[in-house]
Amino acid sequence: MTADSLSAPAAAPVRGRSLWDDALRRLLRNRAAVTAAVTLLMLAAVCLIGPLLSPHAIDQVYWDRLSLDAAAPSWDHWFGNDANGRDLMVRVFYGGQISLMVGLTATFVALIIGVTWGATAGFMGGQVDNIMMRIVDVMYSLPFMFFVILLMVFFGRNIFLIFVAIGAVEWLDMARIVRGQTLSLKRREFIEAARAAGVGTATIIRRHILPNTLGPVVVYTTLAVPKVILLESFISFLGLGVQEPLTSWGVLISEGAKEMETAPWMLIWPAIFLAISLFCLNFVGDGVRDALDPRDR
Amino acid sequence: MTAGSQTTDDTTPLLQVDDLAVHFHINRGLFRSNDVVRAVDGVSFTLNRSETLGIVGESGCGKSTLGRAVLQLLKPSQGSVVWLGQDLTKADTETMRRLRKDLQIIFQDPLASLDPRMTIGDIIDEPLMTHFPELSRSERRERVRSIMDRVGLREQMINRYPHEFSGGQAQRIGIARAMILSPQLIVCDEPVSALDVSIQAQIVNLLTHLQREFALSLVFISHDLSVVRHISHRIAVMYLGKLVEIADRNALFAKQHHPYTKALISAVPVPDPRVERSRQRVVLVGDLPSPIDPPSGCRFRTRCPIAQAPEIQKVCATAEPPLTEVAPGHRAACHFWQQA
Repeated sequence: MTADSLSAPAAAPVRGRSLWDDALRRLLRNRAAVTAAVTLLMLAAVCLIGPLLSPHAIDQVYWDRLSLDAAAPSWDHWFGNDANGRDLMVRVFYGGQISLMVGLTATFVALIIGVTWGATAGFMGGQVDNIMMRIVDVMYSLPFMFFVILLMVFFGRNIFLIFVAIGAVEWLDMARIVRGQTLSLKRREFIEAARAAGVGTATIIRRHILPNTLGPVVVYTTLAVPKVILLESFISFLGLGVQEPLTSWGVLISEGAKEMETAPWMLIWPAIFLAISLFCLNFVGDGVRDALDPRDR
Repeated sequence: MTAGSQTTDDTTPLLQVDDLAVHFHINRGLFRSNDVVRAVDGVSFTLNRSETLGIVGESGCGKSTLGRAVLQLLKPSQGSVVWLGQDLTKADTETMRRLRKDLQIIFQDPLASLDPRMTIGDIIDEPLMTHFPELSRSERRERVRSIMDRVGLREQMINRYPHEFSGGQAQRIGIARAMILSPQLIVCDEPVSALDVSIQAQIVNLLTHLQREFALSLVFISHDLSVVRHISHRIAVMYLGKLVEIADRNALFAKQHHPYTKALISAVPVPDPRVERSRQRVVLVGDLPSPIDPPSGCRFRTRCPIAQAPEIQKVCATAEPPLTEVAPGHRAACHFWQQA
């Protein structure tokens, strides 16, 4: 790029690229993934900006539209009103903020802890592996709700506790998946080659093990996001998660499902938003996985 | 690039392996049996500067394990590996990491030894990045390019991934990775067994040239005697975890003092049809005994053509033959080497 390529006009030296450069290039060439990513970003932007532009507040009750017969979508309330006469559009946007934040943050936390934990356990093997995986087993056996209630009792009700609670459960699966992958990778000759070159253990895990486990990890991540969003609505449904007047897609959907026959819009709108974002996430996930596999270009 | 600090003069051996053993303990399920696989069981040899030592033997005799134990990729159970006066078996992790700069390895399966998610440039660069982190990226690239050129890879390939290469090219990448630090010793673990015969010749010639050019010492592990004969200065023959004979290449091919070596060499085809027709083959019967429970005394006695007579069998079954000098620089481990 710099003087290097200018000084050799005859045969310009080939510039070195890394897996990540190549992956980004391949990802940008994948039309489905790019479209999905743009859609997802737009969806997030609408959820963030929408409430600011809307004349309605999230907790404002419109008494004249309190009965469900009068709550259908109209010119004033595009998505209609909910069972309490509140504007549904603003609520869907706010719910999107919460759901996307919970889904992405909790999954990200689970991803980081799970991948690190699993790769370390698998690569070290022996007693280290034994102890680390038994810790995972113990945490698996703790009832999830018990864990959530315990957190709430100790720290009070807090949206961040939902992240902690969900993240603390989700990483267990990830750790097991990554450990399995690592076990099969660590006997491969290229790992031995790295050791023979004098590369340290932490670097081997980061440079050789992790990139080679990415395929299953990315797939699992895209599956984990919807799981987390639904888990959040379950916690909220029990009254331990998001509290009124705040809401989330999961809560809106469960409320909508109750009024499905009389007020279908209450189910349809949040369901559309959730479905679109999950759909896009899957495409992005597939794109990332393909982009990271050099055999697939 | 000069070879690292050399305090010893040329007469002392570069590498001195003494009574090296690698035992694997196998624990089978609930009832732990105390079976021990003696993959390498008391091997001693020396290696001089810019010398190639060929190690031959049939599958499962411990050749590869020996190579890995020399490089401390497997922890030896006993014995010592002295490299330039320093015992590697006692070196701590940090010392060993620094010493690895001079000790490299080339693997049997060239593709499996390359990380599928790294570009060729990054793969060859890895040892350099590990041992010379102070070099800038462009300096490292420059060295990668020059070593790629040296092993016969085109510069345009630097951004390709391993799966885009044939076996021979992949092995060149493996060689480039091993060579980039200008090591003094390379253990070649069957580097050509997975390749076509025509490619084998190219790779063997490349190794020979590199060996001369950089005054490399090679430990060349193979089961193919013709390849070993071509590349080695000295040859060691292994059987069931032990050395049975070690000698200069020409001396070994001229006269074998161990019946196993004799059988091996008699099995090598001769490219002259007239000689080939009259060739006398020593055919061994039976399989390699299990290294968990090797025969008592001489390990080769179960398949040995000499040890079939009862009175000889008795000697072979009781005493383990030491590796004795049968001619200057030629050692064999057989009680009856005069008869062989």
